[in-house]
Amino acid sequence: MVRSATSLTGNGVRDWLWQRVSAVILAVYTLFIFGFIWCTPQLDYATWFQFFQGIGVKLFTILAALSLLTHAWVGMWTILTDYVKSARLRLTLEVLVIIALFLYFLVAIAIVWSV
Amino acid sequence: MSEAMRTVKFKIYRFNPEVDIKPTMQDYELTIPDKQDMMLLEAILRIKAMDDSLAFRRSCREGVCGSDGMNINGRNGLACVTLLSALKQPIELRPLPGLPVIRDLVVDMKIFFEQYAKVKPYLINDEPPPAKERLQSPAERKKLDGLYECILCACCSTSCPSFWWNPEKFIGPAGLLQAYRFIADSRDTAKVERLEALTDPFSVFRCRGVMNCVDVCPKGLNPTRAIGHIRSELLAEGN
Repeated sequence: MVRSATSLTGNGVRDWLWQRVSAVILAVYTLFIFGFIWCTPQLDYATWFQFFQGIGVKLFTILAALSLLTHAWVGMWTILTDYVKSARLRLTLEVLVIIALFLYFLVAIAIVWSV
Repeated sequence: MSEAMRTVKFKIYRFNPEVDIKPTMQDYELTIPDKQDMMLLEAILRIKAMDDSLAFRRSCREGVCGSDGMNINGRNGLACVTLLSALKQPIELRPLPGLPVIRDLVVDMKIFFEQYAKVKPYLINDEPPPAKERLQSPAERKKLDGLYECILCACCSTSCPSFWWNPEKFIGPAGLLQAYRFIADSRDTAKVERLEALTDPFSVFRCRGVMNCVDVCPKGLNPTRAIGHIRSELLAEGN
């Protein structure tokens, strides 16, 4: 058993499952957005605005952003633990990635809720 | 009438840490009868007869002992079951990648065997032994096919990028194939403990499904499939 303090859940099975569940949510969200584009004859600002005013779309978008956060962290953590051998540098990069991901998430919420 | 001869060209990795600062590739030429083919190991033995400073491992010369694993033209394999005629010249021979080189084609396999030992590669059964033997049904025995045949040549683990980057943490395809060999064994009573020891993010889950292990296995085994089975068992166990 290899201990890990910085992985998403500290457990390989759970990290693996979260990454896959988040991937499915992102795939469904992508299809949903493309489906909207496909089914809308005239796409303009007003159409997008109206689309994102729906509470369901807002919640689904936030869920997708949360999934992206989860998915990206598991992936970035894997890449960093593969390639960055210096523990100090790795921890610094991990903290930077976490900060960046949280900022992206907050910005996503701010955008969605401003509609 | 003299027999027609041909020359086979080799480039072989040479490194003696006691003398050399860095490794070099040394050229060799071997002259053999035009119509004669042979296994690569035989050719290396003939080169060794010309230059006895060349170091490599070999034993059974029939793909059973797993001693002569090496990187042949960029692909891991066993020299004793690789036909010379199947190789593009000059034939480049290097040690198995990712492991420390002791000398020339001989690598230090300590970390490989430490990972193998981690999976407790032996039957654990705490029930009283029967008078004769622990029986299995033909169906139960069949589950071990494709798992028990591993000869621990390390061709798979040393072609795996995840093993290169994390050899101390990721068990590697060879060890995981053996882990599943005992998880799947109906006579073993330590399945839960075996699975619990593999739940961390590195031991099993560092496998990214590259499948180099399947590509190079000289015995035609499929460690990626075994790793998939372990993941399924871990999921089932965790629910």
